[in-house]
Amino acid sequence: MQIPIASKFDRVCQILERHQRNPHKLIPILQEIQAEYHYLPEEIMTFVSTALGISTSAIYGVATFYSHFTLSPKGKNIIKVCDGTACHVKKSESLIQAIEKELGLSNKKRTSEDLLFTLETVACLGACGLAPAVVLNDKVYGFMTPEKTLELIRDIKAKEVQS
Amino acid sequence: MKKMYATIDGIQVPIEGEKNLLEVIRKANIELPTFCYHSEISVYGACRMCMVDIEGRGLQPSCSTAATDGMVVKTNTREIRNLRKMIVELMLAHHDQNCATCPKSGECRLQEIAHQLGVGKVRFKQLADFAPLDVSSDAIVRDPSKCVLCGDCVRVCSEIQSVGVLDFAQRGSSSQVVACFNKPFGTVECVNCGQCIKVCPVGALTPKFQINEVWNALHHPKKTVVVQIAPAVRVALGEYFGYKPGTATTGQIITALRMMGFDQVYDTSFAADLTVLQEGDEFLDRYGKGVNLPQFTSCCPAWVKFAEQYYPDMLPNLSTCKSPQQMFGSVCKDQLTKMLNISREDLVVVSIMPCTAKKYEAKRPEFLENNNPDVDFVLTTKELSLMIKEQGIDFEKLEPGSFDLPFGFKTGAGVIFGNSGGVSEAVLRYAAAKLNHGKMLDIKELRSGESTRIAEIKIGEVTLRLAVVSGLANARKLIDKIRNGEEHFDLVEVMACCGGCINGGGQPTSSDHQHVSKRAKGLQDQDKMLQFHSAQENPYLQELMREDLTAERAHHLLHTIYQNRKRISLDDIMIRKPSAETKISMKICLGTSCFLRGAQNLYTQLNDYIHVQGLDDVTEVSASFCNERCQRGPVVIINGSVLEHCTFERAVTELKRIQMQMK
Amino acid sequence: MQHTSLEERKQQYHDCMTQYKAKIVICGGTGCIANGALEILHRFEEVVEAKGLKITVALKKEEADYILSESGCQGFCQMGPLVTLYPQGIFYVHVKTSDVEEIVEKTLLQGELIPRLLIHDDESGEPLADAAHIPFYAKQERTTLKLCGMIDAQDIDEYIAHDGYAMARKAVLLMTDEQVCQEMTASGLRGRGGGGFPTGRKWDLTRVQVNETKYVICNGDEGDPGAFMDRCVMEGNPHSVIEGMIIAARAIGGNCGYIYVRTEYPLAVERLKLAVKAAKEAGFLGENIFGSKMNFDIIIMEGAGAFVCGEETALMASIEGRRGMPMPKPPFPAVKGLFGKPTVINNVETLATVPVAMLMGVEKYAAKGTAKSSGTKTFALTGHVAHTGLIEVPFGTTLREIIVNIGGGVINDDGTNCGSNFKAVQIGGPSGGCLTQEHLDMPLDYDNLLNVGAMIGSGGLVVMNQQTCMIQIAKFFMQFTQNESCGKCVVCREGTRQMLGLLEDIAEGNATKESLELLEELAHVVKVGSLCGLGKTAPNPVLSTLKYFRDEYHAHVFDKHCPTGQCQALRTYSIVPELCKSCSLCAKKCPVNAISGAKGVPYVINQEVCIRCGVCMETCKFHAIVK
Repeated sequence: MQIPIASKFDRVCQILERHQRNPHKLIPILQEIQAEYHYLPEEIMTFVSTALGISTSAIYGVATFYSHFTLSPKGKNIIKVCDGTACHVKKSESLIQAIEKELGLSNKKRTSEDLLFTLETVACLGACGLAPAVVLNDKVYGFMTPEKTLELIRDIKAKEVQS
Repeated sequence: MKKMYATIDGIQVPIEGEKNLLEVIRKANIELPTFCYHSEISVYGACRMCMVDIEGRGLQPSCSTAATDGMVVKTNTREIRNLRKMIVELMLAHHDQNCATCPKSGECRLQEIAHQLGVGKVRFKQLADFAPLDVSSDAIVRDPSKCVLCGDCVRVCSEIQSVGVLDFAQRGSSSQVVACFNKPFGTVECVNCGQCIKVCPVGALTPKFQINEVWNALHHPKKTVVVQIAPAVRVALGEYFGYKPGTATTGQIITALRMMGFDQVYDTSFAADLTVLQEGDEFLDRYGKGVNLPQFTSCCPAWVKFAEQYYPDMLPNLSTCKSPQQMFGSVCKDQLTKMLNISREDLVVVSIMPCTAKKYEAKRPEFLENNNPDVDFVLTTKELSLMIKEQGIDFEKLEPGSFDLPFGFKTGAGVIFGNSGGVSEAVLRYAAAKLNHGKMLDIKELRSGESTRIAEIKIGEVTLRLAVVSGLANARKLIDKIRNGEEHFDLVEVMACCGGCINGGGQPTSSDHQHVSKRAKGLQDQDKMLQFHSAQENPYLQELMREDLTAERAHHLLHTIYQNRKRISLDDIMIRKPSAETKISMKICLGTSCFLRGAQNLYTQLNDYIHVQGLDDVTEVSASFCNERCQRGPVVIINGSVLEHCTFERAVTELKRIQMQMK
Repeated sequence: MQHTSLEERKQQYHDCMTQYKAKIVICGGTGCIANGALEILHRFEEVVEAKGLKITVALKKEEADYILSESGCQGFCQMGPLVTLYPQGIFYVHVKTSDVEEIVEKTLLQGELIPRLLIHDDESGEPLADAAHIPFYAKQERTTLKLCGMIDAQDIDEYIAHDGYAMARKAVLLMTDEQVCQEMTASGLRGRGGGGFPTGRKWDLTRVQVNETKYVICNGDEGDPGAFMDRCVMEGNPHSVIEGMIIAARAIGGNCGYIYVRTEYPLAVERLKLAVKAAKEAGFLGENIFGSKMNFDIIIMEGAGAFVCGEETALMASIEGRRGMPMPKPPFPAVKGLFGKPTVINNVETLATVPVAMLMGVEKYAAKGTAKSSGTKTFALTGHVAHTGLIEVPFGTTLREIIVNIGGGVINDDGTNCGSNFKAVQIGGPSGGCLTQEHLDMPLDYDNLLNVGAMIGSGGLVVMNQQTCMIQIAKFFMQFTQNESCGKCVVCREGTRQMLGLLEDIAEGNATKESLELLEELAHVVKVGSLCGLGKTAPNPVLSTLKYFRDEYHAHVFDKHCPTGQCQALRTYSIVPELCKSCSLCAKKCPVNAISGAKGVPYVINQEVCIRCGVCMETCKFHAIVK
């Protein structure tokens, strides 16, 4: 479910105040705002531009430079598949393909239609001893196979249906 | 002091405090190829074309390396040649190579450098993932398929103009130079000054041509087409035909225009004289009453949009006078329709301007009469040169012609408008005469060549404090000082382009580093050669004012109003929708101006109030980004009533009133 | 703010610890946590309580019989979860929650070993009781990593008990800034992030700048895929980083520090924040540190997902709130860095080594390693090797020692161990080059590696077996670099993209002689012309693989053949007639009907139609289809 802009507006104001509206703190500010909305809404970025006295295009430039920021709503569950050297060498690509097939995703489409899952490929999670590694909602799973990955996803889907 | 030397390709060159090695190399008469280096903006170091071989240090970029005593530099080794060629190949592989149909063809640095370096083949795969052409702006066209990502436009807009419309977005090979959120150019805060066009080395940014529209008008059997030429054009157009910057080729321009089919050829300087009188009177009136000072000039449309966006509180200080282009259009259409007995629609007014913002200005809704614009089309100096070439006219060989009367007659005051400081000087000459102080001619303090000039001029018993500023970042600094009381002036002239209109977005780019001062001198010389130097001495103008321009008519034809302008077109944010029927609808403006006046606190306080009063269920709260009432902010709209200069108490009073009604 | 002296705190800690009969340390590195280390920790608490005994957790240090502690990564990731029991140092591996009861019963209470939980010697098969005897550890010299994997990262007192913050105190109270710089120079410590620039000299260059404000930045943006050394240090011993920064600040006259950590390391961020807070409370950070006139504070900033921000000027741009696009140097950060002030930027490992080197005596540290590369280096040993994990060895150690002795040998795709028979070892991540069999006995140090076209880099060592396709490896690294290029300079932005395109052509059989020549020429241009380190080192994998595996490239380009069969487009699947049973299963499964045959006649694959998907080979029960 996409979080409505208005509901977190007060939080945005608080975040800006806490960083003393310092334009140098743009990145931590955007990180905190994204933590609230799970993405960076256009209207909020324009508001931040006014509050910090930075041009809107500069903010857009920063938001699109860093992989961590997303300008479109993300799924409820974030699946991060590590494609670092060690994991790659242990066939992490097969995990990615399996997930894409299961959720109807592609290179351009990274979030499932039902907004339940977003697939991200991360360059390296630093868990190389457990290659291939997958992080699902901040929990690290090691020695993964396509089957185990799909099992995880199906579990979550089942829980969603129940609730 | 020991003299320092560097050896460049075997030639010993003295080092005399140059900014970097690239400029020292220039002294050895070598112009290194560059895309991203401009001495007025910060060093970027991205194109890697200026790399040179420094003994003991290997290949280094000369734009960001300081020259040191004893440095031995080679600028053209085999490695460097290969490197440069490959860089150009890489650029061409990600570029729309259709030179023949590109407006920048013939002036394009990529084309020039590719040719200069002998690049015969692009060995890489052609990448064609380009965004489409952006023609949303009235003044500037953006073509992403030509962009080489040098970042010059980004830095000029941010550093010199302090607007920052364009910036890099995305990363790596997906990088683009775009406006915020990839919005069309015409919908964002661009002030249309066109400085980005001047620094763009390729055809990614060009003026929005109106050449075809003008040809169509000229070829139209029924239409009478007249043209006005701005002063800055006459000392620059010649550069497209091999003349040196500053050479006035006015006579030839006039002949060429006649050959193209214009029915009458007039001079914007005539209208400039008129502007001087109107603005001068306005100033003396304000000065006498001590109101709305300083007075800001208003002939630069980029400055006007800038003020509307960022300094709405200063709008009452702007002169209400239209610019010379618009005064001309307005008076011309009024007079000529009568004189020639034709309708407004059959009269086409074209202006030749050094400026891209003038294209935007001509389309402003205030400058329409019965839906017909005062100025129909605006051509930049560049466009005129193209039309002359299109017709095949051999410009150099033309016999000179002269302007038509009455709108072709001007004094020197009208001509110097093209220079930064010119408007102020012209106004002062008039003011001096009006205050019976005699003629004031060359006011040297206003001609210093600096981008911010401050002068105190004595006229009789009166001492006026003037500021002349060009470049919008400089203007911003100055106005901030005025706002916070650090400075005070009586009259401030603001030109968006450094050096004035002679350096406008529609003017030729020149490799001559002195071209701006040379053009300025060209106009000053023109002033010297004329018989009259003060606007009030213009006999044709005097006649016009006497016969036709009563105070009331003058006001209608020659003056205008300004508006607060939202910088971005965005929808309102609905913060809370009531669960029950909406009884109270509250919209709070969080645009810059209101924000700076404490709108955020107001929002929090009012939100709390609604909650405490138990009105959550019936109140709709939204935030907007600009209600365009900026100097009267904070602005809160409750059930349709607009509360300006709103305080918490005022808003609460209004809410209480509505609560009473609800009961 | 407590002003209890370091000596007092150290004594207090030791006194407190005497009350416990045993200490149980559980490895809390990300890998082990993913495998259930925290559950094991809780299980220990449950089991001990159930037996009516008291057990406390390291930070709390309540009165109890036993104490549990969670350490940082112990480096032996493949063998986790790892449990060590002190004072004996018994080292249990592959521990499961279900083993805990037995461990408590037998080992904790009765002092008996459980053989199945011990590592067994590869040759004799005998169980090895403690870590010191395990080849994986015995052959290492865990110097910077010594405390990482031993102490509880969240307990500042345990750090102090091991002489933590003693060197910082010495530097701040008893040494001049110049002396500190000289100490560092004498240690021979060189930047561990990849640059290898002498640390003492870097500090000195910043020291001599005259400015009231100077910054110390810790570069924790470890982005090399396959490298996790810095993560382990930040998670396992964050105080060592802080102490290093304090000493650096003393050396240059700095008053403010930043630790820039990748956002992909949430545990590291958390531990660092806790550590900074604890250090502040102890009076080691903030105003008048250690009771001196010096002020120094540390701010922690999370990166936002850009590998290029590991480059120092891009990192500073990021801290300033801008796009992470590098700036040309000069000016160097020492002169004009963060917010225009003199700045020192050091890697995590470098900073963590500073107090260690000073504590052992910088001459002693300098005596380790080789003449120009003194000390030790951590490596993340990963890939096709038996024991992957985090190791630390002195400079000068050879590949053979690392791969065979410590790593336990190269593992083929089919699981067999082939000793030292690797195809290549990628060292230095996407900026590095590869080493081959000819380098097996070359002492590894900064300069030796540069001479053969590779670099130590941050210390990622990826071992690749003979079944690896080097073009795929070069392509993989180029994809990474291409994705992370900031896009500022033409050379890197367009150059890496075109190089990737050429590598793809090679891998797909669409390359020609010209492609190969162009690739090599372009690689040289990108190396020389790029603005920053990312671009300059991006071609290294390509140049390195071209140097040592040119034949493999030729096979791909001229023969349209991939010798290892990894490049899908260049595989040739064929049916071995002698083994074919004509069961027709493969023909039925083939998605493009490329296989034909009849009963009694061996089936044949039509190469023109075959799309090389490999389904037939997976289907055949008789192993009659080969690549």
